[in-house]
Amino acid sequence: MRYGSGCDPLCTAPVPAPFPNAALVGPLALAARGLACQRGDRLLFQALDFELRDGQILWLRGANGRGKTSLLRLVAGLSRPAAGTIERPGVHAERRMVYIAHANALKDDLSALENLQFLARLHGDDDGEAPCSEALRRFGLLSRRRAAVRTLSQGQRRRVALARLLLARPQTLWVLDEPFDALDTEGIATLDEVLAAHARAGGAVVLTSHLELTVHDPEPVCLQLDAVAVQ
Amino acid sequence: MSSVFGTIVARDLLLAARRRIDALLPIAFFVVAVSLFPLGVGPEPQMLRQMAAGVVWVCALLAAMLSLTAMYGADYADGSLEQMLLSGESGFSIASAKALAHWLITGVPLVVAAPLFGLLFDLSGPALLALTLSLLLGTPILSLLGGLGAALTLGLRSGGVLLILLILPLCIPALIFGTGAVSAVESGLSARAHYSLLGALLIASGLLVPWATAAALRIAVE
Amino acid sequence: MTTTNRLRFFTFAAPQRFYRLTGALVPWLWAVTALLTVAGLYVGFFVAPTDATQGDSYRIIFIHVPAAWMSMVLYLVMAFWAAIGWAFNARLAFMVARALAPTGAMFTFLALWTGAFWGKPTWGTWWVWDARLTSELILLFLYLGYIALVNAIDDQRRADLAGALLAVVGAVNVPIIYFSVKWWNTLHQGASISMTAAPTMASTMLTAMLLMTFAFWAYAFAVVFTRTRAIVLEREQHTEWVGSLAAAKR
Repeated sequence: MRYGSGCDPLCTAPVPAPFPNAALVGPLALAARGLACQRGDRLLFQALDFELRDGQILWLRGANGRGKTSLLRLVAGLSRPAAGTIERPGVHAERRMVYIAHANALKDDLSALENLQFLARLHGDDDGEAPCSEALRRFGLLSRRRAAVRTLSQGQRRRVALARLLLARPQTLWVLDEPFDALDTEGIATLDEVLAAHARAGGAVVLTSHLELTVHDPEPVCLQLDAVAVQ
Repeated sequence: MSSVFGTIVARDLLLAARRRIDALLPIAFFVVAVSLFPLGVGPEPQMLRQMAAGVVWVCALLAAMLSLTAMYGADYADGSLEQMLLSGESGFSIASAKALAHWLITGVPLVVAAPLFGLLFDLSGPALLALTLSLLLGTPILSLLGGLGAALTLGLRSGGVLLILLILPLCIPALIFGTGAVSAVESGLSARAHYSLLGALLIASGLLVPWATAAALRIAVE
Repeated sequence: MTTTNRLRFFTFAAPQRFYRLTGALVPWLWAVTALLTVAGLYVGFFVAPTDATQGDSYRIIFIHVPAAWMSMVLYLVMAFWAAIGWAFNARLAFMVARALAPTGAMFTFLALWTGAFWGKPTWGTWWVWDARLTSELILLFLYLGYIALVNAIDDQRRADLAGALLAVVGAVNVPIIYFSVKWWNTLHQGASISMTAAPTMASTMLTAMLLMTFAFWAYAFAVVFTRTRAIVLEREQHTEWVGSLAAAKR
């Protein structure tokens, strides 16, 4: 499946060939060629080709079980493809990437601030109390930043996990698995702003979402996994 | 980059401090298990003195194993392990950091508690010292090997017991050299050879096992 | 960070070729096993002379020693094939490793059992904690650990890889464990009982030993191939050639 072949009618963001906002689109951030993914004994999809450039948001779509999460894990480098290649151009590719999985990677017994600082420190991002507090403030959690994550709701935990995005350096590749999950309208609005700002600053995003995306600048590019799925 | 190493150790210590009772449960197990032996075999001092090193060592081994499933289990379940692996830090570093943290949380209290129980078994002064020293050298080996077992059995239903079954045969050399040191001192011989062997095992484990643990982590996360 | 398409040919074709090849070999292997076993047991139990010190009870070593050798060799072979599978991403190698484990464990158990039978009439006890028997016991634990691990993991690929790692770690540890057990044994030389006190070999005894060793080798090949074939069928059940095999059987 290639760009430009257009999304099927289910996708509300049709792709004008070659790329939307071509002037604002930058160098290659991510490329996959002939990618095949296997989970257990089953081949999920094969012969997948796509490209993602700086400044773009790629929206992975597909029915349940099509391999969206598996594909994101391949992109993140956590698993190896059954066939094909994934390129993440750029030195120290892993340092230039932020992967936020379905699971929040938060420890219940630590506070939101402590968790954020740990994750920042782990990835070499700015882990000072000020920037971390500011990141939490953007996501509306300043008052709860010293509360143990155990006491936060699902939506609030998601926001703590997402706050990490504000600490990352610009021009990184963001790989997000269902980032809008459990968020309320305010959270969704904040995340939309963050995503848009990141793309404008030259970063790239690949994400999954079973809900309609409300970010429209830049218009997300669709990638339908149903088209390459192995039945 | 040593800062990731330090970050992981610091975080694990902080987590243990937040759950102090949970962290000390292995020690409680150790205390109970060691106390069962005199109840099982009788209180005769001569026999207890002979058994002491073996009993203390075996119970320390089992106690160290108890907290091993949690070593990686929680991080695996909540996604922290993936983040650690994606940090760009080598798996070797991560595995070493976790082993060090485990040793500081479980191993060091065992090293402190064990000689006290040696007293209950009527061990002489030099023998107690030998016991402490042998455990000081041996418990890090247990933490390292335990990390490998925990990484292999990540997320499995039978995790805890399977881990123990896998790791115990590999811990036998440390057990033999450790208890041998105490026996040597008790018979008035020098335990230098035993300490040297334990030390060699520790160095070899420290250099090789984290590498295997890192491979096991990647296999489990794939 | 990628697997190329080149290797796919090997991984796909190998199980099928293996299945066809071994299908022809296995009956011959069983025949050879039967012949060698009968010959070996005959020489060992009827032809070899009675030992001066141990009488006729020593004859159990014709089973004990080859079984012990096989148990150790098979562990190394298992670790070898598991490592090959890991290095070259070869599924068949993993299947062979899995097939080897139960046979290796069986030989270990046989060695322990016959060791006990040897000990009883000679030394009066069913079990002796000497270096070799104790090492055999630990080897049994290593086998059981491998079998338990690969069976506990549902995902085949993860099970194969984790098992390979465990097997290699075990193989590296076997010399260390053996050394430490010998050390331990010499420290506690109270009983000074040793299974190494085998009688000096008359030539017929040697013949019997060799015959039994080869018999066990043939048996191991036969059994491991048969088990691997079953594993191949199970794992490749989604492929065309297995489907046509099943259709032909009907």
